[in-house]
Amino acid sequence: MFDFLSDYDDPSLLGAFWMTVKLTVFSGVGSLVWGTLLAAMRVSPVPLMRGFGAAYVNIVRNIPLTVIIVFSSLGLADIFGMTMGAPDDFDLQGFRLAILGLVGYTAAFVCEAIRSGINTVPLGQAEAARAIGLNFSQTLRLIVLPQAFRSVIGPLANVLIALTKNTTVAAAIGVAEAATLMKTMIENEAQTLLIGAVFAFGFVVLTLPTGLILGWLSKRLAVKR
Amino acid sequence: MTEVSVTKEDVVPTGELVVLKSVNKHFGALHVLQDIDLTIARGEVVVVIGPSGSGKSTLCRAINRLETIDDGAISIDGKPLPQEGKELARLRADVGMVFQSFNLFAHKTVLENVMLGQIKVRKIDKKKAEENARALLDRVGVATQADKYPAQLSGGQQQRVAIARALAMDPKVMLFDEPTSALDPEMINEVLEVMQQLARDGMTMIVVTHEMGFARSAANRVVFMADGRIVEEAAPEQFFSNPRSDRAKDFLSKILHH
Repeated sequence: MFDFLSDYDDPSLLGAFWMTVKLTVFSGVGSLVWGTLLAAMRVSPVPLMRGFGAAYVNIVRNIPLTVIIVFSSLGLADIFGMTMGAPDDFDLQGFRLAILGLVGYTAAFVCEAIRSGINTVPLGQAEAARAIGLNFSQTLRLIVLPQAFRSVIGPLANVLIALTKNTTVAAAIGVAEAATLMKTMIENEAQTLLIGAVFAFGFVVLTLPTGLILGWLSKRLAVKR
Repeated sequence: MTEVSVTKEDVVPTGELVVLKSVNKHFGALHVLQDIDLTIARGEVVVVIGPSGSGKSTLCRAINRLETIDDGAISIDGKPLPQEGKELARLRADVGMVFQSFNLFAHKTVLENVMLGQIKVRKIDKKKAEENARALLDRVGVATQADKYPAQLSGGQQQRVAIARALAMDPKVMLFDEPTSALDPEMINEVLEVMQQLARDGMTMIVVTHEMGFARSAANRVVFMADGRIVEEAAPEQFFSNPRSDRAKDFLSKILHH
């Protein structure tokens, strides 16, 4: 029944899912960093930064991911010649552009999750930090963000799970990840339902542990008050 | 009222450390600080008392600019209070602050709480900072709790750690914003005793409190505030036995006789 799966080797089923994992990990790390910076901007005392952060989040999170990813490829790469350091290797270029698009998009959600976490940290914590002479950035880095992160591990797990599934949009610019292979298989094979089930199962295998592990972490690291 | 008996040595105040000149502040329509003039000498212990909403906490918080003021001038050790930025952070390091709700850093241990400012602000190396921190925790009587998290301590212990955290910065003046108001009655004394000891050691202190016993025994001067104004300033014996203003008489009659 599953014989047809072994007919594919460029990429193979595992290879395609490995690409999904790579997209998720790189985009996850990137969006965590960029999202944290955006959150810092949104709570900063500088009006220009606050304005930029708010505008970025509200614009980016309201654009469909497909539009962002396709624009990364057609707009940034083809029109503006942004080849991401790989002008001749289109696979690598597509991979990097997809990560860029995913990071830009997911960071907006990470930012809002972290910002809601910042709101759970009592004002007195920041006041005490300032009272011993820490500056804004030290207060944020040493006192507020560490507590904010711990309170939003749950919501961040949601964002990460959504990101894992959103990597399938990279198929739109030809990145050889799971959804691309699925489309190829559906075109070539008769067992459409079976193919759907195989890929659905693959994603559950990736995302279920994410949710369980992060759920456990969020309980373990919760700040006791 | 909690009585803490102590023999107060006469500290000779020298030099002006904190000076407020015609300070005004509004919260919307509420004129919360009205033309406040107050000078605190080095080594002096000033207790600020008054009814709720009289502006005493705001006054305390204005001194290290946790509250901004609308006009007037505040200077500390001869230097005017700086605007936001590096200068302000430096000044705040010199002004210790103890809050009503302790505000210990919840994700750090007691020891880390007391070490953090020394390392990040004073740039003292880690080993020396830990030594200082342990000595200070010992001084406030919570040395055995060093490795616990704040939530595992009682309120009184937390507040003593908060005092140690402020002292670790080697401040010129300590501000206490109702330090015992959030404590269970049996824990108030342990905090007051630490404060008494500090006063005896010659620390300059501005204490907003409802603890009349502490005011009587440790203060050099009592400042009575009502409705955003300083209504009366006097030595504690004189203020408590013979208040001049009607407002103060009324306030004292309500809190002392029950």
